[in-house]
Amino acid sequence: MLCDICGKNAATVHLTEIIDDQITELHLCENCAREKSVQMEQQFGLADLLAGLAEFGTPKEEKDVVKVKCANCGLSFEDFKKIGRLGCSECYITFKRYLGPLLKRIHGSSQHTGKSPVKVGKVVKKKSNLEQLHNKLQRAIEKEEFEEAARIRDQIKELEKKGNHET
Amino acid sequence: MKLNDLINHTSEWLKGTGPNADIVISSRIRLARNLDKVPFPHWADKKQREESLATIRTSLEKSGYLNKAVLLELKDLDNVDKQFLIERHLISLEHAKSQDSKAIFIDEEEILSIMINEEDHLRIQVMQSGLNLFEAWNIINTIDDALGKELSFAYSADWGYLTACPTNTGTGMRGSVMLHLPALVFSRQMNRVLAAIAKLQFTSRGFYGEGTEASGNFFQISNQVSLGHNEEEMILNINGLIRQIVEQEEAGRRALLTQDRVMLEDKIWRGLGTLKSAHIISSQETIELLSLIRLGCDLQIIKNIDRRTINELFILTQPAHLQKLEGKKLSSEERDLKRAELIRNKLRAMSF
Repeated sequence: MLCDICGKNAATVHLTEIIDDQITELHLCENCAREKSVQMEQQFGLADLLAGLAEFGTPKEEKDVVKVKCANCGLSFEDFKKIGRLGCSECYITFKRYLGPLLKRIHGSSQHTGKSPVKVGKVVKKKSNLEQLHNKLQRAIEKEEFEEAARIRDQIKELEKKGNHET
Repeated sequence: MKLNDLINHTSEWLKGTGPNADIVISSRIRLARNLDKVPFPHWADKKQREESLATIRTSLEKSGYLNKAVLLELKDLDNVDKQFLIERHLISLEHAKSQDSKAIFIDEEEILSIMINEEDHLRIQVMQSGLNLFEAWNIINTIDDALGKELSFAYSADWGYLTACPTNTGTGMRGSVMLHLPALVFSRQMNRVLAAIAKLQFTSRGFYGEGTEASGNFFQISNQVSLGHNEEEMILNINGLIRQIVEQEEAGRRALLTQDRVMLEDKIWRGLGTLKSAHIISSQETIELLSLIRLGCDLQIIKNIDRRTINELFILTQPAHLQKLEGKKLSSEERDLKRAELIRNKLRAMSF
């Protein structure tokens, strides 16, 4: 089988792309594959996929970010892109701007709604509830679901009132 | 409790009880947890990893969970021990690979296990027989809270529990269900089912989890997304999906019985014949034939043989289990002989 791009060399890299329900197959020689993506050179593992996603979330003019290191553990964004794993919990703060879009891409959401550790105080919980409601409100307004928006606004008011009473 | 005590004990997940136990072998929930600000195991140096292990060990002692359990360091285990734990679904392949400051906690009933210093500082796992995700969640939620009183877990209000790999961030939860789907495989419907699963952002693996192929018609289905929904919602989603697959398998089994009964019975009885008479048998052939026998029992074609015995045989015939039973190392050829002998003896004890 010959390469789909150059039509000269034997195709050794086979790509299957699924977008919605459309399946396209691409057969490439190593040279064209390398040109198409540097990541194809080696085995395409989870780390590469994640790195690819992270890259996608990084605006071009901010490529310096790869040099930024986590002050707590010393992991750089470049390291993360190479190994696909973060170094410690503080990395999530250091690389917050870039991890937000990445998490959204992986999970379809970047807002936790599940349980929280026993040790995390009530304050954080309340704050997170409020933040969530504000996000919801924003979404409802964007979708022009005004009745829902009004309902959420009332919830926010109530929560804020409760907070004021307690402090 | 010692590691070798496990061999004479049936793991909770193999008991063959619980809802839909004819199709659903077991339900499993795992939570990924990390210590706040402490480097994740892959990024930590040896001293930091040792410290994490010590901190977690102390918290397990304080919580009282260690009383009826065992905490083993991987460096103290030989290859057969490690393979033995993989076969019982207590540790991952990755956990067995390198052994620096890694440990495994196992409770007496083999319901709760905790991998320490795997990809995350803690990988807590609870297993149940049958389709029992909610029960598994209740158990693991309590344990998580108890450990959370002792340990400071890495957590952010926006992103939930923070994990080494961003694919686990959020709840850090993965729910997995092990299904036995021979009818869907025989009727060539499995590709359709797997495609649907992938579309819904679930993933399917083989009997031994990540990176293993489906064999013996077993499929392990789990959620991929861990952020955006709370734990109960995620479990409801998995449960709903599994129920649909179970219904499809049931319909497939009914169709097999009405349309291909003679063929099916022939296949099952021949399978049983082989298992009862073989003197040399590989683990691959064993798992394929046991799958047939299990279907025969579920469909009441074979009577007087209980599900639990077959479930146990799936595990006891695995390489490390055979070596543990014999109490010595066995070559691949020796294992094929011992495996056939074990199966003959177990099946001879029953009348058909």
